[in-house]
Amino acid sequence: MSAHDHAGHDHAHGGAAHGSLKGYLIGFFLSVILTAIPFWMVMTGAIDNKQATAIIIMAFAVVQIVVHMIFFLHMNPASEGGWSMLALIFTVILVVIVLSGSLWVMYHLNANMMPGLHEMQQMP
Amino acid sequence: MPETLTKFIFGRLTLESLPLHEPIVVGTFIVVALGGLAVLAAITYFKLWGYLWREWFTSVDHKKIGVMYMVLGLVMLLRGFSDAIMMRLQQAIAFNGSEGYLNAHHYDQIFTAHGVIMIFFVAMPFVTGLMNFVVPLQIGARDVSFPFLNNFSFWMTVGGAILVMASLFVGEFARTGWLAYPPLSGINYSPDVGVDYYIWALQVAGVGTTLSGINLICTIIKMRAPGMTMMRMPVFTWTSLCTNVLIVASFPVLTAVLTLLALDRYVGTNFFTNDFGGNPMMYVNLIWIWGHPEVYILILPLFGVFSEVTSTFSGKRLFGYTSMVYATVVITILSYLVWLHHFFTMGSGASVNSFFGITTMIISIPTGAKMFNWLFTMYRGRIRFELPMMWTVAFMLTFVVGGMTGVLLAVPPADFVLHNSLFLIAHFHNVIIGGVLFGLFAGIAYWWPKAFGFRLDPFWGKVSFWCWVLGFWFAFMPLYILGLMGVTRRMRVFDDPSLQIWFVIAAFGAVLIACGIAAFLVQIFVSIRKRAELVDVTGDPWDGRTLEWSTSSPPPAYNFAFTPIIRDNDAWWDMKKAGYRRPLSGFKPIHMPKNTGTGVVLAVFSVALGFGLIWYMWWLAALSFVCLIATAIGHTFNYHRDFDIPAAEVAQTEEVRTALLAAQGARA
Repeated sequence: MSAHDHAGHDHAHGGAAHGSLKGYLIGFFLSVILTAIPFWMVMTGAIDNKQATAIIIMAFAVVQIVVHMIFFLHMNPASEGGWSMLALIFTVILVVIVLSGSLWVMYHLNANMMPGLHEMQQMP
Repeated sequence: MPETLTKFIFGRLTLESLPLHEPIVVGTFIVVALGGLAVLAAITYFKLWGYLWREWFTSVDHKKIGVMYMVLGLVMLLRGFSDAIMMRLQQAIAFNGSEGYLNAHHYDQIFTAHGVIMIFFVAMPFVTGLMNFVVPLQIGARDVSFPFLNNFSFWMTVGGAILVMASLFVGEFARTGWLAYPPLSGINYSPDVGVDYYIWALQVAGVGTTLSGINLICTIIKMRAPGMTMMRMPVFTWTSLCTNVLIVASFPVLTAVLTLLALDRYVGTNFFTNDFGGNPMMYVNLIWIWGHPEVYILILPLFGVFSEVTSTFSGKRLFGYTSMVYATVVITILSYLVWLHHFFTMGSGASVNSFFGITTMIISIPTGAKMFNWLFTMYRGRIRFELPMMWTVAFMLTFVVGGMTGVLLAVPPADFVLHNSLFLIAHFHNVIIGGVLFGLFAGIAYWWPKAFGFRLDPFWGKVSFWCWVLGFWFAFMPLYILGLMGVTRRMRVFDDPSLQIWFVIAAFGAVLIACGIAAFLVQIFVSIRKRAELVDVTGDPWDGRTLEWSTSSPPPAYNFAFTPIIRDNDAWWDMKKAGYRRPLSGFKPIHMPKNTGTGVVLAVFSVALGFGLIWYMWWLAALSFVCLIATAIGHTFNYHRDFDIPAAEVAQTEEVRTALLAAQGARA
């Protein structure tokens, strides 16, 4: 909000490209397709294996995130002088640490702390 | 009035909710109420309401918001410390069959409130306040990136504090310990309002903290003066940047996990319950994914303070600037890789425990590197033992002990012996008091003249210093010993009379710390009385090295009449060496943000929303939620957010300073 800031308002977007109609349309269709396929998979039960279906849906979700970042948030490696990319890498590292760490930790806790679970289920 | 109507209006709030049967709470309430009334009456008598509202409450000036954060931290420190000394007294007398003076119901609330208040409403406001005040000045900016957001963040933090304070007199606070682990904090085991106060106080304050984190990151990345590359930023700005990155990355986890707990309590989901597939351990896992970065959020800015202070008072450039920056960044990343060390004993196998034990030990390497950097900065420096430097030396001696006991606890087998013992309590008080609080006192003594134009009185500062440092050692060394003997935390009464002497020594330490806090308050009071004697007109009382010392004390609303050009680290030192002269003409109008009361209004609605949710007053919750959203949307239509300070006014402000400097020069 300083004067210096105000003067720089015209080029304040730091090089991130503004979207074109074409870009938005490509993004829109890609996200529709990426949403429709998982719906179709679940509703028709195209793959028998539930675990495989879940993994495929997760993969589509990740691609969906990338589509949103490129076509709607207009991120590219150069936008905001590279800060967007840096922030993205940092975020990805943290998310990977948190998710994989939690899975690993919770697997251990379940395995070690619930030894009686199976016997209990067989109890009358 | 029919019962259903009463129930509709007041939810579960009844006259029995007021703790009239607890004489201690009633006594506290009378003292607080009388004190509060005296303050309100004084403000009214001196006709200060308009001044406070216009100049402070609605201000978007980062300096004033910073000062308000510090005031909030100080007020809450008094509350948090009262809890501490009550616990110390209880534990010192509850021997030989004595029940002490606190019943279990009250004692459990006290240790929970002490932890919650000290972390969220003392350390966080102090740290945020310091960053708010100093960072824009250090990078040569005129305000933060989003000045209104800054004001809003502050009032949300106040809102959270108000909810916690309300729990003392209306209802009760959580009895779960400061992290409120389920299933104890679930609705089955804590059906009262305590945990709800906890959840909503932290959610309201958390909004403030997260937004302030975003704001400061944006400020540091986008608003540095020309020439200030990343590797020319002052170390305090670097550590602030890393802290705010940690805030933005970790507070959403806290928000999410508290939301899940709230869902369990309010709508009957089973995320963290014992049955229906719920898993309480997931709560413990998630809350520590926030909780461990949180302790680095607290300490990193203070590492920055110590760097600035050591360098200034040794009259030398900081030793190993680059390594200091890299150490900070490494700590930022590593702080996400160690959370499991908070629950080594809760069932992980050898592989998980050794991984997290080793990452925890690794984190002491960059911290150790920092310690050596400070030592080497002092080496062959002309050290001036002013108050901030004394705090720094006390920190170095105290914090190293805390760090070493931390490494000891990082060894999983040792942790199996020591977890949840008073050894752990002594360890984290050792790093938080010896690191965070000592750093805050160093920072307050260091930047006070910048904020108010006069120094703090050194005599009372030294009294406070010695009381705090000795008080800390007396209060917590006995806890290390007791912990090694196997005494666990959060105990109310004891059977073994041989332990009593250690608790008495610890209580004596707490009394010394009380004297330290009192001396600090006296110091502020005395300094204000003697401000003519302690005045500093140069704006650079310590022969400083960074940009904040280049402007007047207190700085004008616009901070810098001209944006400085940076050519080196220690920009102000470089400018002084190069024979810098203040520009005396050619001033231009300065574009500045306008004050707004919207932040206060939004925070008031948030507190009402929280209060409604806590007491099941659904009409109040719904109404304040609608008002909250409406006000926020309404504010986006406010287009009169900025104004220009005319060039003539800037010139006049600068001329006053020129005259003062000339008078000073004539006297010298």
